[in-house]
Amino acid sequence: MNKKLLSGPYILWMIGFTIIPLALIVFYGLTDKSGAFTLANVLSISTPEHIKALWLSLGLSFVSTIICLVLAYPLAMILRNRNVGSGSFIVFIFILPMWMNFLLRTLAWQTLLEKAGVINGILGMLHLPKQNLINTPGAIVLGMVYNFLPFMVLPIYNVLCKIDDNTINAARDLGANFFQTLLWVWFPLSVPGIISGITMVFVPALTTFVISNLLGGSKILLIGNVIEQEFTKGSNWNMGSGLSLVLMIFILISMALIAKYDKNGEGSGF
Amino acid sequence: MKKLLLVTSALTIPCLLLAGCGSSSSSSQGKDGSEDNKLYVYNWGEYIDESVIDEFEKETGIEVVYDMYETNEEMFPVIEAGGIAYDAVCPSDFMIQKMREHDLLAEINFDNVPNLKEIDPLYLELAQSFDPENKYAVPYTWGTIGILYNKERLEELGVEPPTKWSDLWDERLDGEILMQDSIRSAFMTGLKKNGYSMNSTNPDEITKAKEDLIAQKPLVQAYVVDQVRDKMIGGEAAVGIIYSGEMLYIQNEADEGDNLIYVIPEEGTDLFIDCWVIPKNAKHKENAEKWIDFLCRPEIAKKNFEYITYSTPNKGAFDLLDADLQNNKAIFPDVDSLKNCEVLKYLGDEVDDLYNEAWKEVKSK
Repeated sequence: MNKKLLSGPYILWMIGFTIIPLALIVFYGLTDKSGAFTLANVLSISTPEHIKALWLSLGLSFVSTIICLVLAYPLAMILRNRNVGSGSFIVFIFILPMWMNFLLRTLAWQTLLEKAGVINGILGMLHLPKQNLINTPGAIVLGMVYNFLPFMVLPIYNVLCKIDDNTINAARDLGANFFQTLLWVWFPLSVPGIISGITMVFVPALTTFVISNLLGGSKILLIGNVIEQEFTKGSNWNMGSGLSLVLMIFILISMALIAKYDKNGEGSGF
Repeated sequence: MKKLLLVTSALTIPCLLLAGCGSSSSSSQGKDGSEDNKLYVYNWGEYIDESVIDEFEKETGIEVVYDMYETNEEMFPVIEAGGIAYDAVCPSDFMIQKMREHDLLAEINFDNVPNLKEIDPLYLELAQSFDPENKYAVPYTWGTIGILYNKERLEELGVEPPTKWSDLWDERLDGEILMQDSIRSAFMTGLKKNGYSMNSTNPDEITKAKEDLIAQKPLVQAYVVDQVRDKMIGGEAAVGIIYSGEMLYIQNEADEGDNLIYVIPEEGTDLFIDCWVIPKNAKHKENAEKWIDFLCRPEIAKKNFEYITYSTPNKGAFDLLDADLQNNKAIFPDVDSLKNCEVLKYLGDEVDDLYNEAWKEVKSK
């Protein structure tokens, strides 16, 4: 009984900050400005501008997720194979930038990538031609990878740590070479971590609007920007909520994926 | 049984909390009891010298609860929903009209605002475009939207300094233009360029402006709001669309301040006026009037002008300024350069949606 009482604050929290806001989004999403029921807000995803923004968001977040995975997996393997002390020190170094505000770090990238920015300054000093880096889809992908990479490394690192050395040694004893071990032992055993990492990168990348505003110069409209515009510029909370509901479908799909592959919650990095 | 208890406690606790909030707020916002001496202010970010708030609190004993917003559009639903009853809000011209038309504003009792006499009648007259009888709004700041250009950079590119909006469609400025990322300001350039009113409700004119903005997009480096200032100082772009209120900062901050020049385009531009208004559901209307009166005092208005650097409509404060500030044409332009200017108007939700959709088309191209 006492233990149950302890869950009271948590339940309050969930009701106040998850369930009620969600209900509000559903309410706004399914009504028009006068409060009458309508599906128009949700269906407005099919207008050419919204579809284009959605595809672009899906594309860019897919690319960044793949890049994160390719970067994170070897890193997680290296970290695992080091002895505990130095491994966790590297993890610590890796997480360190996350202590700084996400917006500030993205603004810092702006300073790096700008036309008169740090990178072009260095290129200029070396008498190399200036590059047009900022306000391109590439800059947005870079921002996503930079900001979300730790969310990929940590869950993978966590599952890899739980793989018994003997399993790897057994594979080697039985004659598997490095790539065979990787393909048939490492990968299958780390699927929960990979899936959870993919979700933790893909979902925030799909919904971001800050990165595309700051590094894309607002010239590239992602679905997150559309929703932001409805709220902050269009005063149209109904359509913003309707489109958020559409985005939630993608988030639910990834939750379902996690539930399917990560039954024991092994991959949760935190 | 245990489960039942859990559920009931989960349900009752928030109810109790809510009830608690409700009763405490109703008692604190009741009669003019001393415990209730509060003022809820909702203003733009960085739009007041914060020492002014302290001074006001010290002088009147009123406790100020100060919140900030970033766009008019973000503020409107908050006031409309009325979750927090703000007593004094500082929206722009067109938004005041919208709030007035949605019956969200209370008439100000000007007997409590004797310092209104300090406001230059010219601005009260301008304010009549959104507040026809000057019943709801007291001008706080004003300014224009214009083109800021980097003289040196334009010389390098071999482009003459811009004098009109259509100069921002010059192909030699490829990647050198910073546009405004706010719907009506962006459309103002497209409409004014074609000689239309920036308050156009004609779908054909809006479509023409939209097509022009789409045609301009390849030349645009970025759509930004507040970053124009720092990007122009940093030499990122040759031309940018900027609020005149940023000019003082630019002239003081940048070593090459003389190199960055502000022009009001010939076709005319948006002359904006931000005013203090009192929402209808305000619980402390008299305090709000005291607040507005306090801000109209010349020395307070001067202090705020020095902090915000947006032009002040306060004659008394203007007279207190140094002569070179008074003659700064970017801040206090000649009256004839304003002859084609308009004040932004609220055009109704349907036309707003038209602009909103058109802007999304521009952005997604």
